[in-house]
Amino acid sequence: MKRLCVIAALLVLVPAVGGAQDILIKGARVHTASAAGTLENTDILVQDGRIAAVGGNLSTPAGATVIEARGRPVTPGLFGGISQIGLEEVSQEEDTYDAELKLTAPAWQHMWRPEFDVTPAFNSRSAVLPVARIEGITWTALAPLAADSLIVGQGSAVTLDGRFDAAFDGSRSLFVNWGSAAHSASGGSRAAQYMLFDQAMSEVKHPGSAGAAALLLPEGRAAFASYLDGGRVVFFVERASDIREVIRFATARGMKPVIAGGDEAWIVAKELAVANVPVILNALNNLPNDFDRLGARLDNAKLLNEAGVRISFTWNESHNLRKNRQLAGNAVAHGLPWEAGLAAITASPADIFGIAADRGRIEKGKVADLVLWSGDPLEVTTVAEQVWIAGNPVAMRSRQTELRDRYLERLRSERGTR
Amino acid sequence: MRSFLAALGTVVFTACAAQTQLPAEPAAEAKAPAAAPARAPFSSTYRADASPPTLIRNATILTGTGTRIDGGDVLIENGRITAVGQSLSVPAGAQVIDASGRWVTPGLIDVHSHMGAYASPGVDAQSDGNESTEPVTANVWVEHSVWPQDPGFESAIHGGVTSLQILPGSANLIGGRGVTLKNVPATTYQAMKFPGAPQGLKMACGENPKRVYGDDDQFPKTRMGNVAGYRQAFADAKDYMEDWKEYDAKLAQYEKKKAAKDEDALPPQPPKRDLELETLAEVMRGNILVHNHCYRADEMATMLDIAQEFGYRISTFHHGAEAYKLADRLADEGVCGGLWADWWGFKMEAYDGIQENLAIVDHPEGGCAIVHSDSEEGIQRLNQEAAKAMTRGMRAGFDIPPERAIRWVTSNAAKALGILEQTGTLEPGKMADVVVWNGTPFSVYALADQVFVDGVLRFDRAKPAGKPWSDFSL
Repeated sequence: MKRLCVIAALLVLVPAVGGAQDILIKGARVHTASAAGTLENTDILVQDGRIAAVGGNLSTPAGATVIEARGRPVTPGLFGGISQIGLEEVSQEEDTYDAELKLTAPAWQHMWRPEFDVTPAFNSRSAVLPVARIEGITWTALAPLAADSLIVGQGSAVTLDGRFDAAFDGSRSLFVNWGSAAHSASGGSRAAQYMLFDQAMSEVKHPGSAGAAALLLPEGRAAFASYLDGGRVVFFVERASDIREVIRFATARGMKPVIAGGDEAWIVAKELAVANVPVILNALNNLPNDFDRLGARLDNAKLLNEAGVRISFTWNESHNLRKNRQLAGNAVAHGLPWEAGLAAITASPADIFGIAADRGRIEKGKVADLVLWSGDPLEVTTVAEQVWIAGNPVAMRSRQTELRDRYLERLRSERGTR
Repeated sequence: MRSFLAALGTVVFTACAAQTQLPAEPAAEAKAPAAAPARAPFSSTYRADASPPTLIRNATILTGTGTRIDGGDVLIENGRITAVGQSLSVPAGAQVIDASGRWVTPGLIDVHSHMGAYASPGVDAQSDGNESTEPVTANVWVEHSVWPQDPGFESAIHGGVTSLQILPGSANLIGGRGVTLKNVPATTYQAMKFPGAPQGLKMACGENPKRVYGDDDQFPKTRMGNVAGYRQAFADAKDYMEDWKEYDAKLAQYEKKKAAKDEDALPPQPPKRDLELETLAEVMRGNILVHNHCYRADEMATMLDIAQEFGYRISTFHHGAEAYKLADRLADEGVCGGLWADWWGFKMEAYDGIQENLAIVDHPEGGCAIVHSDSEEGIQRLNQEAAKAMTRGMRAGFDIPPERAIRWVTSNAAKALGILEQTGTLEPGKMADVVVWNGTPFSVYALADQVFVDGVLRFDRAKPAGKPWSDFSL
């Protein structure tokens, strides 16, 4: 009896340890999202949670689980965009929502809290995670979210496999609203956003210089300073003139800017390419939802890609991260090459968030975040047949599939008795 | 995301009806001479432009009636569909569209839009969708908020949408009257109004009304408060109808006495007109169709009981995230489900949303599943949303070929809006609202190549983009 218990405990532990089981995926159409492109009739060997080999007719190690892909596509695990998954269960229930810091201090007094980092609030056991995971979304850029705030705070890229320590090393980023998104937080003028940023930089260099009117607490100065030496700062900004100004401003001050949103980015595509600044955009935005986006159009992704800008997609809807591949598909429908569409939700975001050494491409040595699809991975009629994260097969169940099965069963039994 | 949800939460339309006796405008009115006298206030002035006869040839046709025709033709004459079949002959002077390899469907219909009332740009000055000043505003009409220059109308036609219902938002228990429009460029909403379409009545269950009012400690603060609110409103409208009935009887008596030269006869005083109760009376007479925002199955059942109590019918439950739990009952009672393919979880009453919802609601005999948008993004790709729901249904074991799923965005939607006799299918006699797709519409790569509204080519992908419809977009 005791021995049985020990065995049971081990079984439970195995998935958490990660990828102990060798897996051979045979005969797949492998979209590597790397320079190797798409490989037909190709095998992938997974050992110890990593990709041990990619090639034709790999031999099967003893004890390996063999998956017959039969020509179906395999991609890297998909990026779910910038999101608040794991920071919110039910968006409108405030007690379940942890993405926003609501300060009660008087205006201008320590309103800047760059030290606010949502990463420790991430709930890897959220019921929302499996909904994304079983659709091939294996990671996201976890970000705070706050309207009418300039410095929103920090976040990290996280795996969605359910482990507690989910953040990826080196992915920490500072998120900043710019333009009309932070209008009221910058005294009613976007011009003040540059002014306030410079004040914060002065405070970093000369603590105490601002006296009682300081924007930053000591912890905030330390956090802010850490981004002034090549740190990744994600600016939510839409208007072309603002994007152009942000690139210049942030780069000159030692930050590594990333543009998120960027509905008008296509207008300044050349500047973005020259400055090597990536854009994470919503490929479905084509309406002038506000005066910062009068130039929104459906071929934004295509035009940026043609100009040599690294692009990715975000939908920013924690409960529907799965829609990010629909964004990629729509960008392709509006002129983006298919391979670029896939890269925009695999390799490119991995590059942007500094995790490309381990993730984002199917290559030997990379962590085995893989998805086997029923068809074209960017097509809305395609579903994920099986997902692996860090070499572990994901249980293809969620609260939604449980609900589905309960009511389908009820339907069948009621029909049967009528 | 949050701001989007907040906007949704406060989206409310008020409406109330009065002037026109509904159904107000017979379809024939569209052909009335321009100088027609005594037009009913707010009635449709929409007239289809003249269009050449058009034969669309050799397409895969989904008729919207559940039929698929491979290698089929559609003939359009005088703005109407005059023939659907194979190897139709070309009438003299007809333009011919070779649709080989392409698919043809009825124009898509969205039963749930706030276009024009929550227009782009979404500035405060144009936030006109929720009269959230009291929980029952059956007196307001959303058409009086619709800004025809909303650039969203044109982007919706790029997605094949030829008709749409604009509804008030969901802040109120009873938000007001909705309006069904033809998706055409116009300077006034009257010039977009779908001729002969009944108005809708927006009602809302659950969280939104109780949050909007209850958070300020106003009525209603609870779901039981919500129900008391609907019932009192309809009870008042019943009394109002009685008052008018009584008045009509007295008036008849008076007329009789007057005719008999009774010099003592005094004319009766009519009841004070009440725009709110007029709307609800029209609902109970069956002239206005109820469109009920309602997520939870138990609340839908409550609303069905209220409808029974006061003798009105519910056309459609909108956003019915839990409609699948009640699919048989909805089918039995002939109530449609206006649903999303996969949106869920943004609020508690949406927590049980599943991707098989549409397929399950569609399944029973008489089931009426509809893909709706409630979104200026979603309305542009109803076909993709239907494709996702179709896929999930098939994976769950339902047999849903394209000719069945297309009904979710065409004929079922037309039925819900009371316009199925005019549009929603490709059948002789119907308005020529037609989309030619570059391939199957059930694909992320699907694009509408040509979109006809009443036979008029309103969008042609092959032509270079001309000037935008909207003055704002110039």
